[in-house]
Amino acid sequence: MIVYWLCFILFLVGLYGVITRRNLVKIAISLSIMEFSTFLFFALVGYIDGGVAPIVDPADPVKVYVDPLPQALVLTAIVIGLATTSMLMAVIIRLYRKYGTFDIREIKNLRG
Amino acid sequence: MNPLIPLFVVIPLAGAFLIMILGRFIGELNKYFASLILLVLVILSIYSLATTGENLSLYKVGGWEPVNKIPIGIYMVMDGFTVIVLCIINVIGFLSAFYSISYIKRYTAENYFYALFCLMVAGMNGVVLSGDLFNIFVFLEISVISSYALVAFGVEKNELEASFKYQVLGGLASFLILYGIGFIYWKTKTLNIADIKEVFNAGYDKSYYLFVQILMLSGFGLKAAIIPFHAWLPDAHSSAPSPISAMLSGVLIKAVGIYVIIRLFFNMFAVSEGMSVLITTLGTLSMVIGVFLAIGQWDIKRLLAYHSISQMGYVVMSVGIGMILVSRGARPEIASLAIAGGIFHLINHAAFKGLLFLNAGAIEYTIGTRDLKEMGGLAKSMPATSATSFIASMSISGIPPFNGFFSKLIIIIAAIMAKFYLLALLAVIVSIVTLASFLKFQRYAFFNKTDNKNENHIKEVPFPMVFSMVVLSILCVLLSLLAFPEIREAVLTPAIDILMDPGKYSSQITGI
Repeated sequence: MIVYWLCFILFLVGLYGVITRRNLVKIAISLSIMEFSTFLFFALVGYIDGGVAPIVDPADPVKVYVDPLPQALVLTAIVIGLATTSMLMAVIIRLYRKYGTFDIREIKNLRG
Repeated sequence: MNPLIPLFVVIPLAGAFLIMILGRFIGELNKYFASLILLVLVILSIYSLATTGENLSLYKVGGWEPVNKIPIGIYMVMDGFTVIVLCIINVIGFLSAFYSISYIKRYTAENYFYALFCLMVAGMNGVVLSGDLFNIFVFLEISVISSYALVAFGVEKNELEASFKYQVLGGLASFLILYGIGFIYWKTKTLNIADIKEVFNAGYDKSYYLFVQILMLSGFGLKAAIIPFHAWLPDAHSSAPSPISAMLSGVLIKAVGIYVIIRLFFNMFAVSEGMSVLITTLGTLSMVIGVFLAIGQWDIKRLLAYHSISQMGYVVMSVGIGMILVSRGARPEIASLAIAGGIFHLINHAAFKGLLFLNAGAIEYTIGTRDLKEMGGLAKSMPATSATSFIASMSISGIPPFNGFFSKLIIIIAAIMAKFYLLALLAVIVSIVTLASFLKFQRYAFFNKTDNKNENHIKEVPFPMVFSMVVLSILCVLLSLLAFPEIREAVLTPAIDILMDPGKYSSQITGI
């Protein structure tokens, strides 16, 4: 059970970073931490204690297999996460060129 | 197996790549290509609307047949509610793409614009057609990533800042949704919406179930910009190029937000009274707070964006009233009236809010500003824009011959019949404040006298922009026909039936 709590704490670490950091790149890193806590959680959902990779062997039918589906889902989600992260970094680079700073307190054109 | 279903995703997805490849060779023709693709989709979606009716059709991706009646492949489902949202997406998408032909000349890299546009439409079509939770997530990410890029398309200070805000909050929403999917999969060991319903019917842990519901509601609520989660919407929707604002406000928040919330809470989770009261409260809050935030705005597109929050509040509140009645099991005819009002308002909002954003784009195109204080006297020089925006303004404020009046009337009647007098009163008040705010828009933009020196240079926008605006204003008038019982039964009733009947959706899918 403790590993699920650790995973949740990792999520909170990311959330703390998104809320408190002032640097755009650090916000992007915090978002990635949250993302990876989600992936870790998915991998844990599929994990079965003592299970092996789900390659069915007719000679040995009593094996316990881990659930392969969450791993497939995590792979898909990682690819999506790559796209979102690179999109975010592209926007951060453009923001830096326009404002000359990474500080979020100085990027406040939009109000109300 | 309905062979039409995958086409809704495949055509725009292939189109997005073809635009990038062919764009180098066919030059000027390129900009008509996206409109052509979307026109095909409009024809397909209207054909589907005409043929679907009460039926529910399936497409099993990769031909994976169910084993022991347990679905193992990815299912795509088309039913009465799906086709309505599909029609909204593709019709508004086509008109916005056609409008962009003239509008997008102000930007460079038109190819990228149309490719991202098609990608966004493909994602949204996928979200509404998907019958599988994880597939919903994948398509949702396709559409929102392209919308992040489209919001930042101007690459100026405001656009980039809005896109950054949108991406951080959108990313947070995606993780909440992903966690929700993970928790659901943990207990049910399936991702098919119909199958999850069946598994949950067999028994579940109450607090776990509530936790999953809250995760899903906050994740999709962030995408739909319901009030505590609304912070990104006014920035993102006002900074995007105008045809994209029309797509975001008119379609995206509905397809990836409201549609999924309605679908999951009616067809996947069992409707519970606590959750439905929460949803109604959130809807009422967005309806009231959104309109009061809107009234002080002087930037046209910001004003319209805040009104989107408020109008979506009407939809959520009305559907929420329906859910409360369904969960009590009492008076199904009023529940169906409330849900009908909500879906009807969803359709209407797409038409008039799309039109209003296109009008704002036309004004910006001509005089180069979005500030209401710097406009004035445009009615004489831009007759088409002025007339269509008048229709849209009257429609959103609920003035009789236009569509907004009928849907708001149905919502208010349903609230009164369900004895939610306070909600009915609030709906009327919000409608009046909306009218005040749009009279301000009309007066300052089109009728006020101005000391603008270059008034003689202002002329009507080019044909593609006028065409899109006129078609949408005709739709604003025609959609009020949905209030008549015969037409309502043909279009809205199948959607309401599939939502109201708790077992119908899942039993039809697992039974086929």
